[in-house]
Amino acid sequence: MRLTAADLSIERGGRLIFSHLSFCLDGGEALAVIGANGAGKSSLLRALAGLLRPMAGQISLSPKMNLTLAEAVHYVGHADALKNVLTLAENLVFWSSMLATGAGKTEIGETLQYFGLKGVADLPAAYLSAGQRRRAALARLLVSPRPIWLLDEPLTALDLASQDLLRNAMREHLKGGGLIVAATHAALGLPAHELNMGAKA
Amino acid sequence: MSAASPLAALFAREWRIGRRAGGTGSMGVVFFLILVSIIPFAIGPDLVLLARIGPALLWIAALLATLLGLDRLFQGDDDDGSLDLLLMSETPLESIVLVKCVVHWLLTGVPLVIATPVFAVMLGLAPQAILGVTISLLAGTPALTFIGAIGAALTVGFGRGGLLLAILILPLCVPVLIFGVSAAQAAAGGTVPFMTPFAILVALSLAAFAAAPFAVALALRQARL
Repeated sequence: MRLTAADLSIERGGRLIFSHLSFCLDGGEALAVIGANGAGKSSLLRALAGLLRPMAGQISLSPKMNLTLAEAVHYVGHADALKNVLTLAENLVFWSSMLATGAGKTEIGETLQYFGLKGVADLPAAYLSAGQRRRAALARLLVSPRPIWLLDEPLTALDLASQDLLRNAMREHLKGGGLIVAATHAALGLPAHELNMGAKA
Repeated sequence: MSAASPLAALFAREWRIGRRAGGTGSMGVVFFLILVSIIPFAIGPDLVLLARIGPALLWIAALLATLLGLDRLFQGDDDDGSLDLLLMSETPLESIVLVKCVVHWLLTGVPLVIATPVFAVMLGLAPQAILGVTISLLAGTPALTFIGAIGAALTVGFGRGGLLLAILILPLCVPVLIFGVSAAQAAAGGTVPFMTPFAILVALSLAAFAAAPFAVALALRQARL
């Protein structure tokens, strides 16, 4: 699988965020998007997720699949999409059936175990700490398999042990032929291409 | 915890969110009760007058109570990022919207309909009129929910969407109000046969049911892109 962005320009609120951005990513490769605050890292990820229409340029997947771009990617942004009144397990069960597109999903119990959330699975999400919420959002990646992961600052709020867990999960995903695009300030800790968005636009 | 179909999972999720603390379902009925019980204070304890305008009062109270919970229909999902993910699902957004609206109606519209006979007694309505207003609300509240959902989708992401929602939606609810109240009054007696306004009311609900999900999905997509 190959993800190609060609000559991408994005505008938000009448302001050009970036223009003429091109890259190409093959299965098994990761791309670390770096750059100052406001350089357009999150906008790029949202465009790749199909949540923001680029002003110009194209984003395409090859070979052709039955899925649209939005259905082929996982997006873990700043918001964690957890409902406070539902328990963590209920949240995950819902997203796993809502987002599943491919085969090879990890069982929910197993994923909770992996991210060390087993003990809090029956707590309403309102009672979780920032790091636990982050891990719960990342758990979506495993319970509903999708070939492309878009991660916006994935390491934020995670302790060192959890960062290692995420790195392992990312390595496994790449080994299975998946793609990762991560916007990050910290070093990702795995071999990745680098896309420097430069200074604040 | 087997893998349910996406829409069944969505139904269960919406149902749980609505039922648990912070849900707006019961608040709508309480608001309905308050509205209906303060009106006699304003109008005076004239039972004949209250019985005559009772169906209209109940309909206006139901309309306002329905609006009350609607601004949270998509706002909650927008705030926590769920809406982004719902847009990225393989399940069409139109059916997601349909399920959300149906659950919202079950949790807010149905309790209003169930509470109506009790409140109608408070206004001194005759049994025939109580039956009429209850049935007309049962047939008409789905239209209010679905039309209101369009406003909720258009105001998603606005800070104070609630008021704007009311301004956008109340004029669109006028046909529902007219035929709802006239069906209720026809049931209580009069020259118009009950079925004439009632059939139009049902048609309004069905049309809203069929068309609103597409309008809502369009509005939600436009708000994103």
